[in-house]
Amino acid sequence: MLPKLPRETLLDLCRRMFVIRHFEESLVPLHDKGVFGGHYHLYIGQEATGVPALSCLGGDDYLFTTHRNHGHLLARGADPKKLCAEILGRVDGYNKGKGGSFHTVVPSLGFLHTSAVVAGIIPLATGTAYAAKALKNGRITVCLFGDGALEEGAAPEALNLASLWKLPVLFLCENNGKYGAGRATSAAQSSTMAAFPLTDLPKAYKVPAQQIDGLDSGTVHATISQAVEKIRRGEGPQFVEAQTVRWPGSETNWPSVAQRTDSSLAWDVSGVPEKVREWYRSCDPLLIFIRELVDAKQATKEEIADIERKVKAEIADAVEFAVASPYPKPEEAAKEYFA
Amino acid sequence: MREIAYYEAKFEALNEIMAADPTVHLINGTFLSLSPHRHVYQELANKYRDRVMSPPISELGFCGLATGAAMAGLRPIVDISTGSFIFEGWPQVANEAANAFSMSGGQTRVPVVFHLFHGLRGGGAAQHSASPQAMLWNNPGLEIVLPSSPRDVKGLLKTAVASDNPTIFVDHVQLLDVKGDVPENDSPIPFGLAHVKRKGSDVTVIATSYMVQRCLQVAERLASERISAEVVDPRTLVPFDMATLMTSVEKTGRVVIVDETHQSCGVAAEIAARIVESGFDKLKAPLRRVSTLDVPVSYSPPLEDYIGPREDRIIEAIRAVLR
Repeated sequence: MLPKLPRETLLDLCRRMFVIRHFEESLVPLHDKGVFGGHYHLYIGQEATGVPALSCLGGDDYLFTTHRNHGHLLARGADPKKLCAEILGRVDGYNKGKGGSFHTVVPSLGFLHTSAVVAGIIPLATGTAYAAKALKNGRITVCLFGDGALEEGAAPEALNLASLWKLPVLFLCENNGKYGAGRATSAAQSSTMAAFPLTDLPKAYKVPAQQIDGLDSGTVHATISQAVEKIRRGEGPQFVEAQTVRWPGSETNWPSVAQRTDSSLAWDVSGVPEKVREWYRSCDPLLIFIRELVDAKQATKEEIADIERKVKAEIADAVEFAVASPYPKPEEAAKEYFA
Repeated sequence: MREIAYYEAKFEALNEIMAADPTVHLINGTFLSLSPHRHVYQELANKYRDRVMSPPISELGFCGLATGAAMAGLRPIVDISTGSFIFEGWPQVANEAANAFSMSGGQTRVPVVFHLFHGLRGGGAAQHSASPQAMLWNNPGLEIVLPSSPRDVKGLLKTAVASDNPTIFVDHVQLLDVKGDVPENDSPIPFGLAHVKRKGSDVTVIATSYMVQRCLQVAERLASERISAEVVDPRTLVPFDMATLMTSVEKTGRVVIVDETHQSCGVAAEIAARIVESGFDKLKAPLRRVSTLDVPVSYSPPLEDYIGPREDRIIEAIRAVLR
């Protein structure tokens, strides 16, 4: 179901989903060729959660994200050039190469700190919410994390604080293990959490919580906009678990692209390798979204292909920019660690 | 000059800081531990009901909350209370607050103060007696402050709150009743400025926190034996004032370092290494450390007393470097 939004807005959401998908897919060959090192995490398969969810926020709101942050930054309008340069450790990156894929921040977009400890940001998000409440500036905080983050003790401690002090914070848990891929070994449930469903945990702390289909952009948009409204009314924290199906490219230790995305796949997956075909046919949120756009006559296939063409060119430029950007001077490592 | 107690100077600072800056919030604790003076804190809590918060017993949660609040425009002072409890909040202090400014490429400032009481307190036993400042010194990105006098606690607390960096404010309950001169309208004390607490010419005794007070007493005793000890207090470990220390070392050529962290990789070990690296040729005798023994802290009074930097151990070390 499409979000109930004007056509222009829907096309903008579509564009942002394409930006994320093509940005992420372009990183895989760069890493394979050794253009950058270290571990990295892609947002493919979660676009229909992040893009509509973050479109519900105001420009001044705070966001916290984790190691899987590229999609959130791009959904919020980050410059793919500076993001790619950061991931490649270059001087033109958002953090001048000091953060990398794990820690990219863009304060002007509300991202003050990106932690790669899975639950590290959850207490921090209660902090920006506490500050906003104290300063009465009307800002809310959105904390984006994966299901694994709930396994760390920081999560329940922060949920308790947020609930006790009625802090203006939305906890958006993106559970990308709907059918038990990844760490989980049994269907529909993480094998590592006794609390099931995951929303039992926030509910124990009296934080209103709901589970939604993260592949359904309309549900995501409606749920998050209502949650945001409640938070702005002063009702305190809200918790949403959005469930998605893990992208097959992340089932190996290192991401691998089984199939480069093209909008034509929305209507024909016959060229996709057999073992990953089902994901592209029924679980790929981007392809679901563009099929819905066409079915609802909000866009033609040609219009969508045109958006995608422009995005691909933009991402190619971003990669070119990042690869051409120099590394920081080595001695910068020993500078600027105190304000 | 006006003489007041350490705890009074500390609360004068908190009061003045709270009045001057509405973005300062106090999170947790009493800032006076369980001392008989803790009612003083209640006055502050009554005065600033919205800015003095009592969180649940969730060090990890509220250390993170304060760190996040600092990123978004507040200047929180968190009372971790017993120093050992920082281990419960460690990930947020050591891995989030300390790294935020660097890994954001110098964009995100974290003006939070983590306040704690370290050291042997009398009956604290193994889990309430830690001096975590050496571990924290090994974790770049944190400023570390150790006041030792009423004037210093007031001046350094003001600088800690004004700092845009995460700051560990390492206090000691045995200091709370120490009396000393604190001028009215005193200026904040800049970080990175060691202070010569007592002039002397025979031996340089470098001491931190409560050990400064103990070493001043030792120095008085030794004066009657015509031993002139200079007592130097670094006051902040990060940033560290090497110049003032070396001026004293060059004068005396004999060094004893007295500090309550455990001996191995402790505060005294690091200071010793720095002195040897930059001024080995100035030393007339091998320097000595007096630290807490490398064992967990025992409860029973004679056991607790045995492992700390006792007066007799300090005196023995001073005599040894003077030989």
